[in-house]
Amino acid sequence: MHQEDIVIVTLKVNGVERPLAVEPRRLLCDALREDLGLTGTNLGCEQGVCGSCTVLVDGESVRSCLMFAVQAGGCEITTVEGLASGETLHPLQAAFWEKQALQCGFCTPGFLMAGVELLRRNPEPDEAGVRAALAGNTCRCTGYEHIVDAVLAAADGAARERTFAEEPEVDVAAEVVAREGR
Amino acid sequence: MVELNFARVRPEAVMDLTRVPELREWGTENGRLRVGAGITYTRVIRELGDRLPGLAMASRTVGSPQIRNRGTVGGNLGTASPAGDALPPLYVSDAEVELASVEGTRRVPVAEFVKAPKRTATNPEELISAFLVPEAGGPQQYAKIGPRNAMVIAVCSLGLAVHPERKEVCACIGSAGPTPIRACEAEDFIRGVIEEEGLWESRGELAEAALGRFGELVSEAARPISDVRGTAAYRTHAVGVLARRTLGWAWNEYRGGI
Repeated sequence: MHQEDIVIVTLKVNGVERPLAVEPRRLLCDALREDLGLTGTNLGCEQGVCGSCTVLVDGESVRSCLMFAVQAGGCEITTVEGLASGETLHPLQAAFWEKQALQCGFCTPGFLMAGVELLRRNPEPDEAGVRAALAGNTCRCTGYEHIVDAVLAAADGAARERTFAEEPEVDVAAEVVAREGR
Repeated sequence: MVELNFARVRPEAVMDLTRVPELREWGTENGRLRVGAGITYTRVIRELGDRLPGLAMASRTVGSPQIRNRGTVGGNLGTASPAGDALPPLYVSDAEVELASVEGTRRVPVAEFVKAPKRTATNPEELISAFLVPEAGGPQQYAKIGPRNAMVIAVCSLGLAVHPERKEVCACIGSAGPTPIRACEAEDFIRGVIEEEGLWESRGELAEAALGRFGELVSEAARPISDVRGTAAYRTHAVGVLARRTLGWAWNEYRGGI
């Protein structure tokens, strides 16, 4: 490969800027897995059908096998490694754990990323909405029932937390300002 | 991209247009919508669903959320597959495709733009920059047959638009011929029925027999092949069923919406 065929591109992966020297046709999934060592993103079909390689690019789910790394330059990329904070699982990961929504686990990263996007767009989906949002991801073990349960459970959990969060904390000073118009 | 991954094609150069802002805009122009070729299916559904309901319905059937976040109507036009889901809705609304080059821009009716399977009227130096289409003046439908609800290339499909403003019903067959096909005889037939019985004004029911005959005429307009997704006979039959059903749904919506 000639030197001029190498492109320098900076990906912001899970909040960290990662400069990369890649061939222009390096797939995003290969750059993540092989150049950055983030092997949580799995490669199933490499033709955009199975959904295993789903990551978020600027908050939108994409198939990282159908995108070049250079196309993601400057974008915020979230992979499955970016979901948990330290030892604390992301609520959707915790729900997958509780509901036993995985068996071999190969497809799980893709389902998690698709689920995260769904819950961000629609925090209270119904079952049909969950099934539609996950329709681009294939699982060969579970039969999907527990995966759908997990996403619904995560949505329920988040809804409960929101209800508690919405209990108004009374800010007396602000109330006075609002009432008296300063 | 899939063809590249499997080394079926090795283009010398690949150009990424996703960040060209002009291609990602839509607006109105002389009473029509001008929609940039880089608008994704997700955005069609979210931002244009009320103005272009048929195209939004078709967009919902494309791939999966991940595909709809990246795929564009412009890409569907460029591919010009007879199974392209965005095409029948554009045909039934007499959309135009805008082609741009350093020489300027020109606009081509979509039915002239799609020449043959995967062949378009685009010259090598031209870029598909947008499509132009009137906002829906009446109910629209899109129906598609495939083995499941997602990640499916149409076995066959049908786009339908009721145009009360010009007293026409348009139907276009997808994936049952070398290009999408407008079912002109079926359109003429149903226009005649509606006119004769004064149904535009009365918003009366369309007779079961008229719906059935409409379906038959749509079937007759199909020119399918047999391939891995379905036989020609199945496709011929199925587009007729889709036509009868979508017309029924759309007409009922017209009747309900006063």
